[in-house]
Amino acid sequence: MVLQALFFYLFAGIAVASAFMVIAARNPVHSVLFLILCFINAAALFVLIGAEYLAMLLIVVYVGAVMVLFLFVVMMLDVDFAEMKRGVLQYLPIGGLVGFILLAELLMAIGGWVIMPEAYSGGALPIVAEGKQNIAQIGAVLYTKYIFYFQACGIILLVAMIGAIVLTLRHKPNVKRQDIPTQVARTPETSIEVVSVESGKGI
Amino acid sequence: MSELWFDYGLPLVIMLAQSVLLMVVLLLIIAYVLYADRKIWAAVQIRRGPNVVGPWGLFQSFADLLKFVLKEPVIPATSDKFLFLFAPLITVVLSLAGWVVIPVAEGWCIADINVGILYVFAISSLGVYGVIIGGWASNSKYPFLSALRSAAQMVSYEVSIGFVIVTVLLCVGSLNLSDIVMAQKTGLADMLGVPWLTILNWYWLPLFPMFVVFFVSALAETNRPPFDLAEAESELVAGFMVEYGSTPYMMFMLGEYVAIALMCALTTILFMGGWLPPLDFAPFTWVPGVVWFFLKASMVFFMFAMVKAMVPRYRYDQLMRLGWKVFLPLSLFMVFAVSAVLMAMGWAPTSGAL
Repeated sequence: MVLQALFFYLFAGIAVASAFMVIAARNPVHSVLFLILCFINAAALFVLIGAEYLAMLLIVVYVGAVMVLFLFVVMMLDVDFAEMKRGVLQYLPIGGLVGFILLAELLMAIGGWVIMPEAYSGGALPIVAEGKQNIAQIGAVLYTKYIFYFQACGIILLVAMIGAIVLTLRHKPNVKRQDIPTQVARTPETSIEVVSVESGKGI
Repeated sequence: MSELWFDYGLPLVIMLAQSVLLMVVLLLIIAYVLYADRKIWAAVQIRRGPNVVGPWGLFQSFADLLKFVLKEPVIPATSDKFLFLFAPLITVVLSLAGWVVIPVAEGWCIADINVGILYVFAISSLGVYGVIIGGWASNSKYPFLSALRSAAQMVSYEVSIGFVIVTVLLCVGSLNLSDIVMAQKTGLADMLGVPWLTILNWYWLPLFPMFVVFFVSALAETNRPPFDLAEAESELVAGFMVEYGSTPYMMFMLGEYVAIALMCALTTILFMGGWLPPLDFAPFTWVPGVVWFFLKASMVFFMFAMVKAMVPRYRYDQLMRLGWKVFLPLSLFMVFAVSAVLMAMGWAPTSGAL
């Protein structure tokens, strides 16, 4: 248990420090990289509480795909961040208020948990049960109890994806496109014309 | 105190010893994988390949290592110096980290974790950071273009690799890599009434389209030819490695080859029965599992090398088309088809964990 506590403080400490560096770093690419460090430490915390499936999912989805796209966009953008930083004081009150409300809500939720644990017994399922892998456990509730929420999520994501495609797809009239089936279906008859040219004359 | 030592200290020491052993053996094998790659490539082009250092050039890789290490590293003045040196380190560390969960024989595995296949998938999806950070930190045009290309390429092919893994997992019912191998002990051969022909039990035959998709996606994921657009020398000089030299360059190359070996091992585990012998009778069952594993992984690497030698490089838009318009629908369809067959025939594995 001593080692677990030590590792908890190590990962939690790095996570908080890198989260701070996300907003403190001058270079936006460094910010994104600190955010990745923060995610990896969060995944390590998941492993510590026995939720190894969620930890791997966090790394595959967020670090492996979402953050790559973030990094992609941040590298492509040509934003003068010194210019943006100048407005920091102006937005500080609003940002501080949002942060304070979040903190208060978190404290209330966790405080309620400590004061009256039985209030939460109806909701959360135990994380680790003896002899069960947690992917099997998640599957057992996700596809039975929460199947409609799960499918609703799928539909929302599908709509979002179609929306993004519709918004960005442009058919420009004079852009040549490669059509693989037509290329493959070409035969000598449709593409070559044999002309016998008389000597001394052009075509 | 002694309790702490027996609970944590001793396992840690054992694990460290195992890791060092695996790493030394792996790096020795990688040295000869590199040599084999060059020799096969040369043989296809009717050249002799490396043949000067040692008998038949057998020590070529070690000579290269010495050369890289003794050269002076050059760091561009306008680069982001920390990230510039950090990128090759990421590549090497991540590709070596993937090997932690690979079972090379029954029980021969440093960490036999529940979510082994997801761990390998996560680690290989992180591999893109080495390329993208290296390309950006160089602060130069060609490396940056290459970083963008490879980021898009690796993310695209991960999607189909994910679906291929899902089809295998549907047949196995576990995410543990050892369980995946053990699940291939029974299967098609038993149904056909030839239980000694265990080679038919492995998933390469029932899931053949997925085997092909996985092989091609593995080529794209590791930036191997014909998908080595991240370092297309005819367009981008040398891709994201343009500004790199000496040891950092060597670390990129090493990381790339370790990742290739990891993909070969993964193909062996998912589709070729891991350490299981191909025929279930006397002379074959005497051979230790690790030898079978090595032979199978070497065969997959031979295919990798032959593809490199024979197939011309893809154009970038065709690469993207293949990933998104061919492999993704095909693998998605196969996920449905495999689960439908498993349900209809009642072959769906009842996970031991449930």
